[in-house]
Amino acid sequence: MKITLKVWRQKDAKDKGRFETYKLDNVTEHMSFLEMFDVLNEELIQKKETPIAFEHDCREGICGTCSMVINGRPHGPLQGTTACQLHMRMFNDGDTIVVEPFRARAFPVLCDLVVDRSAFDRIIQSGGFISVNTGQPQDANSLPVPKEVAEASFSAAACIGCGACVAACPNASAMLFVSAKVSHLNLLPQGKVEAKRRAQSMVKQMDLEGFGNCSNVTACEAECPKEISIKNIARLNREYMSSAVGSETEV
Amino acid sequence: MKLDGKIPAGALAEKWTKYRSSMPLVAPHNKLRLDVIVVGTGLAGASAAASLGELGYNVKCFTFHDSPRRAHSIAAQGGINAAKNYRNDGDSVHRLFYDTIKGGDYRAREANVHRLAEVSGSIIDQCVAQGVPFAREYGGLLDTRSFGGTQVQRTFYAKGQTGQQLLIGAYQALSRQISLGKVQMYNRHEMLDLVMVDGKARGIIARNLVTGKLERFSAHAVVLATGGYGNVFYLSTNAMTCNVTAAWRTVRRGALMANPCFTQIHPTCIPVSGDYQSKLTLMSESLRNDGRVWAPKKKEDAQAIREGRKKGKDIPEEDRDYFLERKYPAFGNLVPRDVASRASKAMCDAGHGVAPTGLAVFMDFAAAIERYGRSRASAQGIHNPDKDTITALGEKVIDEKYDNLFAMYEKITGENAKKTPMKIYPAVHYTMGGLWVDYNLQTNIPGLFATGECNFSDHGANRLGASALMQGLADGYFVLPYTIGTFLAGEISTPRISTDLPEFAAAESETRARLLGFLSVNGKQSVESFHRRLGRIMWEYCGMARNAEGLTKARKMVQDLQAEFQSDLFVPGTLDEFNPELEKAARVADFMELGELMIVDALNRNESCGGHFRTEYQTEEGEAMRDDEGYAYVAAWEYGGMGKEPVLHREDLIFETVKPTSRSYK
Amino acid sequence: MSWASKFLTSSIGKKLIMSLTGLFLILFLVVHLIGNLQLLTFLTDDPADKPGMAFNLYAEFMTTFTPIKVVSYGLYAFILIHAVQGWMLWRQNVQARGPIGYAVKDLRAVNTNARAAARMGWLGTIIFVFLVLHLYQFWLQMKIGTLAPVTYDGKTVADLYSVVAQTYANPVFVAVYLISMFVVAFHLWHGFQSAFQTLGLNHKKYTPAIQVIGKIYSIVIPLGFALIPVMMYLQSLNA
Repeated sequence: MKITLKVWRQKDAKDKGRFETYKLDNVTEHMSFLEMFDVLNEELIQKKETPIAFEHDCREGICGTCSMVINGRPHGPLQGTTACQLHMRMFNDGDTIVVEPFRARAFPVLCDLVVDRSAFDRIIQSGGFISVNTGQPQDANSLPVPKEVAEASFSAAACIGCGACVAACPNASAMLFVSAKVSHLNLLPQGKVEAKRRAQSMVKQMDLEGFGNCSNVTACEAECPKEISIKNIARLNREYMSSAVGSETEV
Repeated sequence: MKLDGKIPAGALAEKWTKYRSSMPLVAPHNKLRLDVIVVGTGLAGASAAASLGELGYNVKCFTFHDSPRRAHSIAAQGGINAAKNYRNDGDSVHRLFYDTIKGGDYRAREANVHRLAEVSGSIIDQCVAQGVPFAREYGGLLDTRSFGGTQVQRTFYAKGQTGQQLLIGAYQALSRQISLGKVQMYNRHEMLDLVMVDGKARGIIARNLVTGKLERFSAHAVVLATGGYGNVFYLSTNAMTCNVTAAWRTVRRGALMANPCFTQIHPTCIPVSGDYQSKLTLMSESLRNDGRVWAPKKKEDAQAIREGRKKGKDIPEEDRDYFLERKYPAFGNLVPRDVASRASKAMCDAGHGVAPTGLAVFMDFAAAIERYGRSRASAQGIHNPDKDTITALGEKVIDEKYDNLFAMYEKITGENAKKTPMKIYPAVHYTMGGLWVDYNLQTNIPGLFATGECNFSDHGANRLGASALMQGLADGYFVLPYTIGTFLAGEISTPRISTDLPEFAAAESETRARLLGFLSVNGKQSVESFHRRLGRIMWEYCGMARNAEGLTKARKMVQDLQAEFQSDLFVPGTLDEFNPELEKAARVADFMELGELMIVDALNRNESCGGHFRTEYQTEEGEAMRDDEGYAYVAAWEYGGMGKEPVLHREDLIFETVKPTSRSYK
Repeated sequence: MSWASKFLTSSIGKKLIMSLTGLFLILFLVVHLIGNLQLLTFLTDDPADKPGMAFNLYAEFMTTFTPIKVVSYGLYAFILIHAVQGWMLWRQNVQARGPIGYAVKDLRAVNTNARAAARMGWLGTIIFVFLVLHLYQFWLQMKIGTLAPVTYDGKTVADLYSVVAQTYANPVFVAVYLISMFVVAFHLWHGFQSAFQTLGLNHKKYTPAIQVIGKIYSIVIPLGFALIPVMMYLQSLNA
């Protein structure tokens, strides 16, 4: 396969950045999208040029490190798939593919396709946990959790924190990420103790980080590699309203 | 140097309890004055950093990732073992201990393994309390499943994402400590050297990967939780950035590397498809609960499949060789990983392999789909279901149980493994070897601790499935927080360590010189190409089967490659910028040094045990032949200096409770 | 900041305001359409009805009956709040993307129209401009008393009907109206179900019904409104 790549190049956070075009002649369909980048980088190094910086790690679709927008879609055209699990058989010979970094004010570009997603960490630090010290808990089976609840919690917990929801949202809103974490914990009995505080603190931090406001466009769910549902956003809305208005908790 | 494992006296089952109540403690007000550096934020690192923070220590935690949630623990799929006996199937702490030490082919310390089994139950309690959404039954209680090398169902799981859920639990605990100010988190910082002051580990040199600047950090003790070195083989199931550099740099400062040749080859990975391949993807061992491994009996069938003339499902039942079930009837498809891997390799070597490369066997779910389909149909009150109904229902059960695994397989290979058997082949997965540590998880350098896959301590020559998560969390939550006190209790009057000490300046300038060295070679070949070549040498000669002749040859090859690396490497860019190629260069340079040591260790160990299979030492049936007389010891290697032989230190393994016997899964 | 202002200025609070005011406007549209359908009484051939009588009496009632007047001030406020809050959100959301946008856009959505959903700001702005025109043409004339009086059975009221009839005899205004209703339909297509999602109502059993009702509503209501100027234009051709 022959592929033309238009890739965003930006030396560092201060650089203005621009698209560069690269032509690849021997791409095979079994290659992953990132392996195509490996091949391109090897060619660039051979020419003593600077290889393209892109983030990746596990290449199994679970670590959430990859952060590129491929032809206008975070993680590319295949639904429920991270960029690293995307294979070239999804493209056709002669295609031109445009690759950009995740774009959000809260995710500044550091270099080429690498962005800073530490805003997500700060949101988790604001309340995305259950306050239990090591060694305190009682026996695991002393707290039965209905299977349906455990599964709803699990499907929210499947979030890999990649930020595709923010990248996909026309408003760069982080509601899907925040709501997935709030849902994961607030659904479980052990998470209920701090549920009120959690919903308020995490929304507060999300707003401070400069993410946009959710307007229910649902692009987040459409592009989420773990197919996390906007039902979680509705749940966060409920949790937040009942906490901020209906409870005495205030953060 | 006399290696002292510091194993407490007394009966095996009481060692840990007794020791725990007699070890030195650090009072709460003194903990506030003590700094601890934790390098790595996988299960072992995040759990340790969080627990130490909870105790009151000032923790500085480092990861080279953009966030402490990315470490490769996240990719563990199948589950975590714990001796809870919730199934009432005869499990116990002793049985988990016994399975683990036997699974490790009697090359681990009894006391460490027993402690691991003892704390296993608390891990599940802790994780559930943190909100880890483990799989549950309709009654709301925890579900478990089987894993290799055991005859009980003690593996707790969260679909195919157990590692992710456990890591997120630890990450959340860590995040809480960060928010409380007890842990100072340094993302995108890579440890490049250990700083020693007066013979004790007192700090690290780390490179800020965004700015490229070298930075100094000091503490009273340093904990390494930096994972394994499987990427020395280039192709492995490890993440792309997994590396040995942090651990290897401490070896260069005097820490000992124990049993480096013990690497685990996982039997069920997606086979290699081409030269461009960057990594291999694991298919969880849990699949062997329901997947039957086979190869065609007839070589001509295998040939036809390789050439695309036939498909797996075209082979009639009588022409299939379910070789694991045939060879090991007692454990069947759930034999330990080393045994399964070797059996698959033997089938392929004998010409029964099925991928175009000849390097794959089948894992078939048709029988399980039918079994589950019938059971689900009967549960739904469907009598005399037709074949399509059974298949549809059965596939649904498989989806529920293995969720993402089949989807992942399809994304990578383009094939639906519910319709046609999965192709699998062994691949490097885990390294049992690692930094030598005593019972306190302290290396031979005072103040330097190693936890998780980074140390060597619990898995002997082969790790059982679902035990890595257990060990990482055991070390981080329930062992290190106690044992680090044995060292820190002696440091309560040591003031905060200054980073202006000459030792810090020296380490920083050495690191700078080393990195500038890579940049100044200005040759022709990329780091990646060297890494690929190193991987090929290691896989060929120090992989699933090894022999003295090949190892000797490989050592020379690695040395030559090192020389070529020093003269023909090309690293673009500069030191003071975001430069992934420079990061890789430093890692690959260390992989080469480690690779050579692995070969030396494999050559030294004239026996076959667990993941270490020397072709000279096998039974007539091709099973591993251990030599307990000669090699029941931990081989801890001291770095000898550039171009010098490493020095072997032996720690004899003393078995007081179990009798090492020939491992049989028949 | 008090808890209430913290709540109302949070991203979810702001959305809640959009949702509640939006839902009120959705209700209003139904009432407004029912009232306006009285413009079409000429279609019924009722011998008791003089042209525009029903509508003019209705308009008189709506502008003089006190409870209705109170509600109408609420309505003006809600329109303004919905518009101003919407603009502020729009501005913030554009800023949140950052200085550089995407070179290639390929927006996907689940259960809503991605194009409409992503352009609520533009659609809302067009509707607002239309509203200004609409209010100027009819509401303002009624308020400042420029309308000619008309007497039915001894009761004198302003003849709003004739102004409406005149306006929609002009094809330009009819076209403006039709385009606006098209925009309203798109705005509602996303807005209707979105309002419920914002309120936290996303339920396996009920959401599908909300989705369907929302789609029917966002077609039927603007279509009903659009019918009026079209019929009046056709009527003007007959006259």
